Amino acid sequence: MTLADISSNLLYVAFIAYLIATFVFGGAVKGNKEGTYRSEQRWGKVAITITVIGFLAQLGYFITRWMVTGHAPISNMFEFTTAFGMTLVGGFIILYALYKTAVLGMIVLPIALLIIAYASMFPSEVSPLIPALQTNWLAIHVITVVIAEGILAISAAAGLIYLLKVVDQKKKSKQRFWLEAIMYSLVLVLGFVVTSTFFTLTNYEADFTYVNKDEQPSEITYNMPAIFGMNEFESMTDGAFTPLVEMPPIVHAGKLTTVFWSVMVGTVLYALIRLIFRKRISAMLQPFTKNVNLQLMDEINYRSIIIGFPIFSLGALIFAMIWAQIAWSRFWGWDPKEVWALVTFLFYAAYLHLRLGRGWAGEKSAWLAVIGFVIIMFNLVAVNLIIAGLHSYA
Amino acid sequence: MDKLICKCGHENPPGTVLCESCGRPLNEQEQNMKLADMRYEGTARRSQTYNKSIIDKIWNFFSSVKVGVGIIIVLLIAAALGTILPQKQYVPATTDAAIEAYYTDIYGSVGTVYHALGFHDLYNSFWFIGLVGMLAISLIIASLDRFVPLYKSLKNQRVLRHSSFMRKQRILAEGPGDADTLKKAEEKLTDLKYKVSTDKNGLLAEKGRFSRWGPYVNHIGLIIFLFGVMLRMMPGFYVDETLWIREGETRAIPDAPGYVLESKGFTLETYTGEGEEEKFGEAIDRVGTVAKNYQTDVVLYKIPEGALPGDTADMEMVEEHAIRVNQPFKFDGYALYQMDFQQDELKTMSFALQNKETGESRGDLTIDLVNPETNYELEDGSVVELLGYYPDFSGFENGEPQTATPLPKNPGFLVKMTTPDTPDGETSFITIQNTVEPLGDNDYKLAFQGVETRDASGLTVRKDRTLPILGLGGLIFMIGVAQGMYFNHRRFWIQQQEDGSILLAGHTNKNWFGLKKDLDQVTDHASLPAYRDQQEDMEAQEKREGEQLT
Repeated sequence: MTLADISSNLLYVAFIAYLIATFVFGGAVKGNKEGTYRSEQRWGKVAITITVIGFLAQLGYFITRWMVTGHAPISNMFEFTTAFGMTLVGGFIILYALYKTAVLGMIVLPIALLIIAYASMFPSEVSPLIPALQTNWLAIHVITVVIAEGILAISAAAGLIYLLKVVDQKKKSKQRFWLEAIMYSLVLVLGFVVTSTFFTLTNYEADFTYVNKDEQPSEITYNMPAIFGMNEFESMTDGAFTPLVEMPPIVHAGKLTTVFWSVMVGTVLYALIRLIFRKRISAMLQPFTKNVNLQLMDEINYRSIIIGFPIFSLGALIFAMIWAQIAWSRFWGWDPKEVWALVTFLFYAAYLHLRLGRGWAGEKSAWLAVIGFVIIMFNLVAVNLIIAGLHSYA
Repeated sequence: MDKLICKCGHENPPGTVLCESCGRPLNEQEQNMKLADMRYEGTARRSQTYNKSIIDKIWNFFSSVKVGVGIIIVLLIAAALGTILPQKQYVPATTDAAIEAYYTDIYGSVGTVYHALGFHDLYNSFWFIGLVGMLAISLIIASLDRFVPLYKSLKNQRVLRHSSFMRKQRILAEGPGDADTLKKAEEKLTDLKYKVSTDKNGLLAEKGRFSRWGPYVNHIGLIIFLFGVMLRMMPGFYVDETLWIREGETRAIPDAPGYVLESKGFTLETYTGEGEEEKFGEAIDRVGTVAKNYQTDVVLYKIPEGALPGDTADMEMVEEHAIRVNQPFKFDGYALYQMDFQQDELKTMSFALQNKETGESRGDLTIDLVNPETNYELEDGSVVELLGYYPDFSGFENGEPQTATPLPKNPGFLVKMTTPDTPDGETSFITIQNTVEPLGDNDYKLAFQGVETRDASGLTVRKDRTLPILGLGGLIFMIGVAQGMYFNHRRFWIQQQEDGSILLAGHTNKNWFGLKKDLDQVTDHASLPAYRDQQEDMEAQEKREGEQLT
């Protein structure tokens, strides 16, 4: 087995460990009918042990991959997103050590699983660094950012638990709708993973020629049946599915097709869940939060932002500016990724001021923490894949 | 307004809510509160006290956290809006008209509206800069409004607080105590690194007061940073120039008087996927070529002081250097960056002056495309005069030939050819693969013979004297953030009454969980009465009442 094989096997081990730990955490919470601290602690201990094993395995993946590629494995979408999954679990382990809350693991681990699964839909072969990335600042800047984002995401998980407990599932309300919308969007990510995996396993490929927005002829390979065609597309693969609609040149119909399939499959999955269980997902999860101490969730929400915010400022703004000055001759250039890092910073700054200055705690804080996570995910997914800029690396 | 004199005799500035010295509530509203508002220690903030003159109103506006958060949110939304379509600096067009056309051409009506709203240059718009300015003002005023009274109050605080103050703290314990309770509590608190001061029958234990200054320190950092950014607009602080330099060329560095640069050549390396790089083979196969290195080898010269501008005879070599991406060449406060390149740029073009009918040549001429001459004299007395040169010909405007850039990408020549046969001269406009004869048919033509090419490097010349200021601002900001976030200000007040009973109150600016862990240890050690969290009690009670109603 080569070092590269060891590396990817360790990632599998981590994935499976997180999967098992999710259920054990769930059992620790659910099995605890009386709401006693001790019964939750016993199973919680087993679950956190499995989580730590998974985390160490993933750390092993990270280190061995670094050895294989010769650079910090955070240089493309697969590597960065996987690392994000790892720091999310790492952040959880820290906060578990502080507060011993099994329910947090039950929410954080499935999200980490989804994130790692999402990451593995991107090309995962080891790739060389372009000149702009050949510096130690790659490791310094990106690792700091990914640690900060992992910790900040914990606040969203705590917020989500808070909301699962307090939002009344019996009464129609805006809160109930949006909480379920979060659950639905998580299922959509699952939809993307399922669809991509299916078409990768079946080796679906269809080549097209098209005319791009600069009026140059180009080629594209679809890995899913093309619902949307690129501008002036022509099929080059015999028997391939003919696109139903042709898109104008500024719309990347290939990506739109992927989004379309993911939303379709995700929606079907969601509908099936609703049909089988006859309940909202948030209503299904609510019983797990019966024994949750709301004060403690609020504290975790706030505490993870307190820990994460300075690290984020350091990594995503200060280190970023230093590197930008070295590589691009200016510390700030209003590149979309830079702007969204600033947006994230401003958002959490607003959170802190609202909390300190205006007493926004509890449910309001919980919603804000969840929105913060949405902004982080937007910067990771949408800014890379939709808004083109200097940081588009996948 | 008058000073407020507390029952304890302390004189408080007007507007004080809790007596600076003993903590008694000084107004009726505060007297009726179950828990004291400890955010700024109940001090007299200017913004809460005066609201008469216009200055008061402005001060109060900017000192409000609500307004500050409002500005932050508006800035955040504005910043996000600017990423919907690329900003103008990322658009492949240079003139205003071309930029406007680009948005419409590529993005249709959305692009037209985006451009019309000025969003294509959003971050340089007056309103955006104005918002940043308002944020800076808010940072200064809101900080002063809170810091000054908070500092005074914490400096003046007394060990013995009035019982009404203590009973309004979130953490409260009341009950019997032993004779040595206070002493033991003092021991344990000192152990836990609290600073303990005692006075008669009471003690005040305090830890991490400096964390209260964190917000003000980080705001100072931000203000220094914004000041540094503003300073860039001053002449002399900031240089941003582009220098295109070709292999073998020597050029004066723009905005760096006295310095001359020579290019030894440009190198582009790509990954081969062989040998050491075999592991990258799969990735290289998937995406095609991947660049490994962009490099310009240069020699820097300095012209001695007192030499005439352009006099390069006595220049001295300073340094040889390889400029690569991520490795700018720094000298004397300047930095040169490898930013762009043009491989196989046209260097010269050669032509033969030919008789169109006979094909007979009167001689060859070679035009240097960067420094063309005006007259080319051939051996037999024929002359080719260069009336106009358009290095990057882009078409005609009002009958005049135009050039898009100064780079020789698509050279166009307006020439006058004079030979012994045609003494009056013939005019011709020549571009690659095309000749126009604007003044009627000519007898002679310039027949294309060949080109020479070379590589050109696009370097950025940068000087930024604000960087140390920005760095200082960033450093202070980080110190302030860490100070305010990673530490917290914890205080306990303990008093033993004459009958031996203990009254204890605790306060922290955040992390109540940590405060309680400390108190658990002290309670154990000194057998203090059990404490309760009054806020949790209140919330639990509200919840019970709520449940009873439904």
